[in-house]
Amino acid sequence: MKKRDLICISCPFGCRLHAEWSGTFEELKITGNRCPRGAAYADRELRNPARIVTAVVRSTSAEHPWLPVRTDRELPKPLIDALLNRLYRMRVEVPVSRGDILIENFENSSVNVIFSSTTTR
Amino acid sequence: MVYDVAVIGAGVSGASTAWRLSRYQLHTVLLEWRSDVGFGVSKANSGIIHAGFHHQLSTLKARLEIRGNLMFEALQHELGFPFRRTGILVAAFSREEMATVHKLYEQGIANGVPGMEMCGRERLLQLEKKLNPEVIGGCFAPGGGTIEPYRYVFSLVESATRNGVCLKCDFEVAEASRAEDVWRIRSSSGAEVRARYVVNAAGLFADRVSGIFGAEEFTIHPRKGEEYLLDRSSAARPERVVFPVPGAHSKGVLVIPTVEGTTMIGPTSDAVDDKFDTAASAEQMQRILSHVRNLIPGVSPRDLITSFAGLRPVMDNEDFYIALSEKAPAFVQVAGIQSPGLTASPAIGEYVKDLLKSAGLPLLEKVHFAVELAPRHEVRHESPAALDRLHSGNPAWTHIVCRCEKISEAEIVEAVRKGHTTLDGVKFYTRAGMGRCQGGFCAARIMRIISRETGIPMEELTKKGGNSRLAAGRLGDLPVNTAEVRGGEGA
Amino acid sequence: MIQEEKYEVAVIGAGAAGLCAATVCASAGRNTLVVDREEHPGGILRQCIHSGFGLRYFKEELTGPEYAERVAEKAERAGVRFRFGTTVVSIRRETDGALCLTSLSTAEGVRIIRADAVILAMGCRERTRGNLAVPGSRPAGVFTAGAAQRLLNIEGILPGKKAVIAGSGDIGLIMARRLTWAGIRVEAVVEIMPYPAGLTRNIVQCLDDFHIPLLLEHSLVNILGHGRVEAVEVAPLSRGVPVTERKFRIDCDTVLFSVGLIPENELSAEAGVELNPATGGPLVDSSYETGVPGIFACGNVLHVHDLVDFVSEEAEHAARMVLRRLDGSDGGSGQFPVRAESNLKYVVPNRFLPGCGTRFAFRSLIVCDDGVLEAEQNGKILLSKRFSCVRPAEMLTLEVPGSLLKEPGELKFRLRKGEEI
Repeated sequence: MKKRDLICISCPFGCRLHAEWSGTFEELKITGNRCPRGAAYADRELRNPARIVTAVVRSTSAEHPWLPVRTDRELPKPLIDALLNRLYRMRVEVPVSRGDILIENFENSSVNVIFSSTTTR
Repeated sequence: MVYDVAVIGAGVSGASTAWRLSRYQLHTVLLEWRSDVGFGVSKANSGIIHAGFHHQLSTLKARLEIRGNLMFEALQHELGFPFRRTGILVAAFSREEMATVHKLYEQGIANGVPGMEMCGRERLLQLEKKLNPEVIGGCFAPGGGTIEPYRYVFSLVESATRNGVCLKCDFEVAEASRAEDVWRIRSSSGAEVRARYVVNAAGLFADRVSGIFGAEEFTIHPRKGEEYLLDRSSAARPERVVFPVPGAHSKGVLVIPTVEGTTMIGPTSDAVDDKFDTAASAEQMQRILSHVRNLIPGVSPRDLITSFAGLRPVMDNEDFYIALSEKAPAFVQVAGIQSPGLTASPAIGEYVKDLLKSAGLPLLEKVHFAVELAPRHEVRHESPAALDRLHSGNPAWTHIVCRCEKISEAEIVEAVRKGHTTLDGVKFYTRAGMGRCQGGFCAARIMRIISRETGIPMEELTKKGGNSRLAAGRLGDLPVNTAEVRGGEGA
Repeated sequence: MIQEEKYEVAVIGAGAAGLCAATVCASAGRNTLVVDREEHPGGILRQCIHSGFGLRYFKEELTGPEYAERVAEKAERAGVRFRFGTTVVSIRRETDGALCLTSLSTAEGVRIIRADAVILAMGCRERTRGNLAVPGSRPAGVFTAGAAQRLLNIEGILPGKKAVIAGSGDIGLIMARRLTWAGIRVEAVVEIMPYPAGLTRNIVQCLDDFHIPLLLEHSLVNILGHGRVEAVEVAPLSRGVPVTERKFRIDCDTVLFSVGLIPENELSAEAGVELNPATGGPLVDSSYETGVPGIFACGNVLHVHDLVDFVSEEAEHAARMVLRRLDGSDGGSGQFPVRAESNLKYVVPNRFLPGCGTRFAFRSLIVCDDGVLEAEQNGKILLSKRFSCVRPAEMLTLEVPGSLLKEPGELKFRLRKGEEI
């Protein structure tokens, strides 16, 4: 059996969750949660941990030399470093609009990177 | 070229000396090992212009203090630095302390301190309403005051350089030799300056410099003073400089209404070994607070905005050591300039000038000496109408960069163009970053302006020269590898 | 000649509070101006590039810049006028009662702005190392968390390579992740309290994700280094006092301070607005009007909020009160004091009008999983509400309907742990 302790972030309670499982999450047993959201949270964290990634990229704008970007959904954790390193090497032309896609389907994750602000010059 | 005089150290003593010499037909060079002037002992000075009753007239420091004190109106008129005669009062809380106050009073009278006055409780409380009402009496000297010490140094150097003095920063004296009546001075980075006369005003390191020139052996003992600064909104700000009754080695911990509207409390006085040890400590803060709350009960740690510490350069006999060297030719020692060095500094410059003359330096007054510095505009002191006029000449006057102290872009650009290219240089020249947010909002903006004006990339700017880099590089310079951080299972 | 302008409502600050308040005023047809020292709307949100904003107000998870742009677009659509790059240096109430702002800008020099109502929305600033008097030397490499955030997210500058963060406030936690994601190693987060100051979500996603140690009940007791930071010394606390014998050294070149926020009220105080020592913000009545008639306050300048969504809600509410005043309703007369008692750090607003329903906001001083918040007046409990999770990091709110608030007399609030019932 494998074990891991987690803190649920679904609400301010911060339940201390305890997960035990065997193999590839067969018979995953979660205790310590006060509500079903805790179990769902632990399940997701163990099977496919993913995060919204935000960063800035270099731009051609003198006034806004770096522009904020984000993933449009949660990116699997193992891909985060590669995405950040790629973003820091890029240089984008302005203007850009909030929501414009900068990187499409990063590493076949079906996650896009979009601009999170509009920059005209 | 061969300079007539090389002054080593651009603190109050060296700057006063160079400024004094700039009136004469001389080639003078001012050497400073830090990246800006006044960045050593002077920067952390309490900024008191002492009244002249703390020391016996038998000491050189008392004589120069009394003479120096009287010179500040004229200096302020010419150089425009912030200075105010607030008056100094000493507050006693016991009969024993009153006995010491009597001695101070008599010493003041003997020293010729103008307006010196013994005060009863009522008179003291009338002079200073914030004073602890348990005070029993004290003395008052109306001629004492406060000054911004770094601003004073900046303006001395600015006037000196306008009148022909050559300033070399980042020049650390490493070697010296003399041939054919000329000193050859080499810096640690290989630069060289030659001069007929040398003035050693190297502050904490005057002993080392004396050694390099083969002059007298002595030791400068650093004595640390910690200071704490209170917000300009502090209810504790007094009208006058408030002293306790002094102890054996220091004038005690005071409450100082700075010229710029903040309140400073301190300094402590402790011998240390390390000439770079300017760290503040928790114990001393508690000590300072308990001392000054006895003087002014309204002092609150809630009003603290920053702390700093400075080192006083102290000789064994506690007096100034200003004399022609008896070992090294054409070499003047200006050492041990601890309190009241700031007050004495204009007189020190004069005294050193006379010593150089006695050693054979010919002094011919310049025909064209630019006496007055052009007045500096500062947004915080201008009326709306005056600001609007400034704006029509330069729109940067109404762009506020430092919100806490109301410092405009124009003031910051002026500082940078005058050579203050570090964050601290700009801060001490303009006050930007000196207020309650301590640069939290404006540091990045100021860095952008310095970078724009100098062409130095933002990530290469420093706080105070040397290895005080403000940043480690550009985003992307460091690879992101969270999986390896702490060998955990990774992000 | 100094130019003058006249508006019905002048809002100082174009962060979430100012933009949302202005939107309400302009939507009601009032001639409304927002003044901000920056060149762009959004305030500090613009450098908060992380996500987690807007879940309540926009019902979706946004980054700071997205939240800022969306509230700014609402304001523009409502017809709000803007003056950017403009610093208000004074607010004055003239003898005839008119409010008069003096502003400075590159574009227009000195301008006098007159308004019937002024809404303070200047936000807050960070406490600094100097406020705490943290001992040690004064090298480069010491930043507030927000200053480092600006360097990294706006200027693209790495503040250092190896950092220690003092204080576990949310900005510090967010910065721990931001630094890590910039390739900077975060050695530890040091917190003097036995519990973190920031939200659990941030502890998990910003520290635990990267195995960054959180040293609770520890204090930064020294900063070492001459030119640049070389190390810090950290000591465990025993009853709030550092145990210096057990202090240890952490090598680093950067120290960030995330040790609390202070409402930025110097301008307000100079205008004669009375401040509440418990919040650092103005004392306001149930109309969010300060002690100076016609000057209102909302958002972080009033009290520090945990979520920007609450800032927006409060600003809209305050703006509706401003509109009622402009429509001719009475000011604060007839209001009674409100007081925060046991286990509560503060309550906002500080006065109430009988018969008028009011939403109160609180900060707890205690951590408990079952808290009861009570409103008491004239010896009677008017209302009590259970909170299943009480944390100092999270704001509490309580709506008291006008039907319960009929009587005159001081209104008191207190918080107790549920098990005491």
